[in-house]
Amino acid sequence: MNEQFEPVIVGFLCNWCSYRAADLAGTARIKYAPNMRTIRVMCSGRVDPQFVIKALREGADGVMIAGCHPGECHYVEGNIKTLRRFLLLKKMLKQLGVEDERIQLVWASASEGTILADAVDRMTEQVRELGPLNWQNTVLGGGNGQGQPAPIENSPVAEEV
Amino acid sequence: MADSGKPTLAMYWASSCGGCEISVLNIHDKILVVDEVFDIVFFPCIADFKTKDVKGYPDGYIDVCLFNGAIRNSENEEMAHLLRQKSKVLVAYGSCSYEGCIPALSNLTTKQATLDTVFLENPSIDNPDKILPQTSYKVPEGELDIPVFYHTVKSLDQVVDVDYYLPGCPPEPPQIWAVLEVIVSALLEGAPLPPKGSIVGARDVAVCEECPLEKHEKSITRFYRPHEITPDPGLCLLEQGIVCMGIATRAGCGALCPQVGIGCRGCYGPLGDVEDQGAKMLSAIASVIGVGDPSMEEDELEREIQAVVDTLPDPAGTFYRFSMAHSLLRRANVNGGNGKGEAK
Amino acid sequence: MNKEKVGVYVCHCGTNIAGVVDVEDVATWAGEQDNVEIARDYKFMCSSLGQDLIEDDIKEKGLTRVVVAACSPHMHEKTFRGACERAGLNPFLFEMANIREHNSWATNDKVAATQKAKALVNAAVERVVFQVPLEKLPIEINPNTLIVGGGISGITAALELADAGNHVYLVEREPSIGGHMAQLDKTFPTLDCSACILTPKMVDAGQHPNITLLSYSEIEEVDGYLGNFTITVRKKARCVIEEDCTGCGICEEKCPIKVVDDVFEAGLGYRKVIYRPFPQAVPKYPVIDKENCTYFLRGKCKACQIFCPTEAIDFEQEDEILKFQVGNIILTTGFDLFDARRIPQYGYGRLANVFTSLEFERMVNAAGPTGGNIFMRDGVTEPQSVAIIHCVGSRDKNYNEYCSKVCCMYSLKFAHLVHERLPGADVYNFYIDMRTPGKGYEEFYHRLLEEGTHFIRGRAAEVTDAARLPGEEGKLIVQAEDTLIGKQRRIPVDMVLLSAGIEARGDSKEISQLFRMGCDFDGFFTERHPKLDPVATMTEGIYIAGACQGPKDIPDSVAQAAAAAARVAGLITQGTVMMEPVRASINEEACSGCRICNTMCPYNAIVFHEDRNVSEVITALCQGCGTCVAACPSGIITGAHFTNDQIVSEIEGILWDVRSEPELVPGD
Repeated sequence: MNEQFEPVIVGFLCNWCSYRAADLAGTARIKYAPNMRTIRVMCSGRVDPQFVIKALREGADGVMIAGCHPGECHYVEGNIKTLRRFLLLKKMLKQLGVEDERIQLVWASASEGTILADAVDRMTEQVRELGPLNWQNTVLGGGNGQGQPAPIENSPVAEEV
Repeated sequence: MADSGKPTLAMYWASSCGGCEISVLNIHDKILVVDEVFDIVFFPCIADFKTKDVKGYPDGYIDVCLFNGAIRNSENEEMAHLLRQKSKVLVAYGSCSYEGCIPALSNLTTKQATLDTVFLENPSIDNPDKILPQTSYKVPEGELDIPVFYHTVKSLDQVVDVDYYLPGCPPEPPQIWAVLEVIVSALLEGAPLPPKGSIVGARDVAVCEECPLEKHEKSITRFYRPHEITPDPGLCLLEQGIVCMGIATRAGCGALCPQVGIGCRGCYGPLGDVEDQGAKMLSAIASVIGVGDPSMEEDELEREIQAVVDTLPDPAGTFYRFSMAHSLLRRANVNGGNGKGEAK
Repeated sequence: MNKEKVGVYVCHCGTNIAGVVDVEDVATWAGEQDNVEIARDYKFMCSSLGQDLIEDDIKEKGLTRVVVAACSPHMHEKTFRGACERAGLNPFLFEMANIREHNSWATNDKVAATQKAKALVNAAVERVVFQVPLEKLPIEINPNTLIVGGGISGITAALELADAGNHVYLVEREPSIGGHMAQLDKTFPTLDCSACILTPKMVDAGQHPNITLLSYSEIEEVDGYLGNFTITVRKKARCVIEEDCTGCGICEEKCPIKVVDDVFEAGLGYRKVIYRPFPQAVPKYPVIDKENCTYFLRGKCKACQIFCPTEAIDFEQEDEILKFQVGNIILTTGFDLFDARRIPQYGYGRLANVFTSLEFERMVNAAGPTGGNIFMRDGVTEPQSVAIIHCVGSRDKNYNEYCSKVCCMYSLKFAHLVHERLPGADVYNFYIDMRTPGKGYEEFYHRLLEEGTHFIRGRAAEVTDAARLPGEEGKLIVQAEDTLIGKQRRIPVDMVLLSAGIEARGDSKEISQLFRMGCDFDGFFTERHPKLDPVATMTEGIYIAGACQGPKDIPDSVAQAAAAAARVAGLITQGTVMMEPVRASINEEACSGCRICNTMCPYNAIVFHEDRNVSEVITALCQGCGTCVAACPSGIITGAHFTNDQIVSEIEGILWDVRSEPELVPGD
């Protein structure tokens, strides 16, 4: 019997809003999927698209960026820049075969612990459905030297050309 | 070192367009100095050298090998290993060997799709029997082999140890000459070489430093493809909505392209502290999209910004035009979707 | 090869963490990782014994980095940084892993929680290796203070600081200080005469040796940062030579032109073209309204100059630009009244006898255009019935959602004044809730109940002059649902007063940008913390007080202004202040002058040097958000304590269980 696939999602949370929202969710003992591992930044505007891509490359199945609602950014409008980068990044990642649901941007203010918890639950299920990304092995090739993407088990397209 | 006592030079082309070879000739009369100083022991483009010649050299026989072209197939990789073995200094010459360059853009698709396009679904192809290349084929005279076409294009340093990188597509003559000069002084006069792994023939600053166009604060409300507008000469192209990679690209070329109204394509590769040129360029260019402010409703905000993003048709191809092989993700995920392996 | 000696401390937090996470396992596992010199688990790391563990290990084992896996850094980062500092380790060589709020409290799955704890600890360990010692930056504080806005808040703050021996520049854009409070007649709930309690303070402020009053002046530019602001002020030309003017008022008397006074008289009365806003104006010098002055329009008249006994009129006078240094700034710019014309169904501007609250204040003021008499718009007839509509523009999704806090009280005050001056008149207050929270406020409400005011609980739907029923001819009819009896009512009255709400000044966004701080959706300036720090802003050195921070009454404005003054006085006394080193810096040598970063900073901390073709981050202005760091396409902006190296290694560490061996290629 197969163990259920547990996605690993890296979350970049901003110090003032979303990180505090996650703190609040914990303080309120709200139980939600443990699949998101948080990295604290001062502002979601600090999130360099390189970080998102690095996380995917290093084995994450999904990346969540969480910041303050537009208009409420502690640093006035860092989150607007985040949104701009995020929309362009999604478009580019789509070309690279990364599904939309694997990269998500969530707004949660410091008092919105439930909203953040729900977002994590939702994203965990969506990514679980998509399956593991496993970029190093699945995409770059498990060492046949030719850079062939490794076949997904039971995949009909796993043939040598 | 050759028997004559002169240092030896090799130049090999893997998966390339030949432009790097021409660039070496482009140093004009200085090529005579090259000829005088070096003994050319392997340069298939200009003279009849064979692989068995190289195999016959002792290890380290080649003082400097200028290796251009990306690693597309098994022959490219074999030659890379061979030349590494036989060379003291192996230079990844030009963008293809440094970071993948144009050949590496095929990493956005699959080997199958590439072969289909070239051999089957092409208006100028007449291939009714749908013959595709095979790595080995029996003929009455024996068995013929051709190299294996790889699924993923690699850069030179993804198959062998590289000593120096000389970026550019192609590298510019003054830079080529500068690098050759350094190497010549090192070999003939014992002058120090830069640390192993250095990028040579390029500057540690972005193209904007060399670009004479006027720069202001940036705020882009839509992107234009180069044929869509006539840019205002004298004014930064990026500010006018034309994607110019100059902000995220090493200088050293003299900013030739922006000066004639064409946005820099990024061929000199990323700057020192940047791991992924495409992602950095994306970050910078998206940051200065000039629409959306905090007082808008969330939906409206997203729509407005999305509208600008929609005017940039091919971010992956544009931002990773030269650096795909060296990027963090290196290729597109063709297994994406529902885990059923349906290629995108 | 190990680069650093990291001490890892995994806290049980009683059973808060240990009940879900196998803390011993995590500590053992951590001890096996690269760079980890020692790993312990302990019941309560934040206790003095827990902190001792850290301090002893630093001293005895020569630890160079410390990681504590426990609660949120928002709880105890400061505590553990303190422990490190006491043991001689730079506090920025410390990192926390949040395995409580983000982990043990958020899941019941013990296996997953332990796995996740390892990931978070590993991330912290990998990150802390790349952290470098950072020092807080000392900033010297210039003892002068700028206060912008000379209403009751500005005057209070100025006097508090000046009385404490500090020099203040008080800048006011109108010709006189006093603000809206000078327009009021009586103040609730004591019914003190507003001018009587305000004018002594105005005189104090005008005469105080430590206060430089710059009236009829506006701030043009603000440069610099906490402790070192350079302020540029435009002192607009009054066309009156202040040294020669005695304030005798003859010029005002002789001026032949009258115009409607839109500002002080709220459009209800007139003033001359050369005028003082009100008799007790401070300073006492009049000002010429150039837009309406015959001399400036047609070159004729000059009556004021002709009659001035001290030759103090100077038509050629120019605006003066002044520049000075200050250490701190307090913004007390006040509020604007909600424009009742935006609610057409109340008929303001269309129906003659609909008045706004400020108009009514001027009307009941003894020194006002009607001499304190309540008249209808014709200036003669006394109304027999008055309706007062609460919440005009407030508590309204169509206009402002917030409650303006003062309107219930001043509506009750109006009701009282009508009862007082027009005994026998009927007064109807249309309200939603009665908000009377202050000292003596509820009692005031009861007084009004006893005075026979009719209270109708229902938001007025409409004010109309279209009579339908008998008794409505020639009246204004207020239609409202009386929710307490569940019926629609039409009340015919002679006069309607609209209790318009408090709004942020129309140009508050521009002001906030000028001072590089934020304002919220409604335009009020944003405080640093809504509960615990209402006078500071996110920008160091800039404070706010009074209605510009949010609707409030006079006692609250005075309290907040005094608080801001105290905060500033504290800084002045300290003389030097230490600032957090989480800031950005640009490697100028590597900067190509691409200018991408120039629009990234909401604090305008990034400047471009044309001569050197490079951008620079002004350290003291930088708030450390890192937006520019992420945007720079050359990757040459460093975000101290949140560098790329640190975050990338954190990413690698956090993915410890899903990372694969990298392809074995040379040079990787």
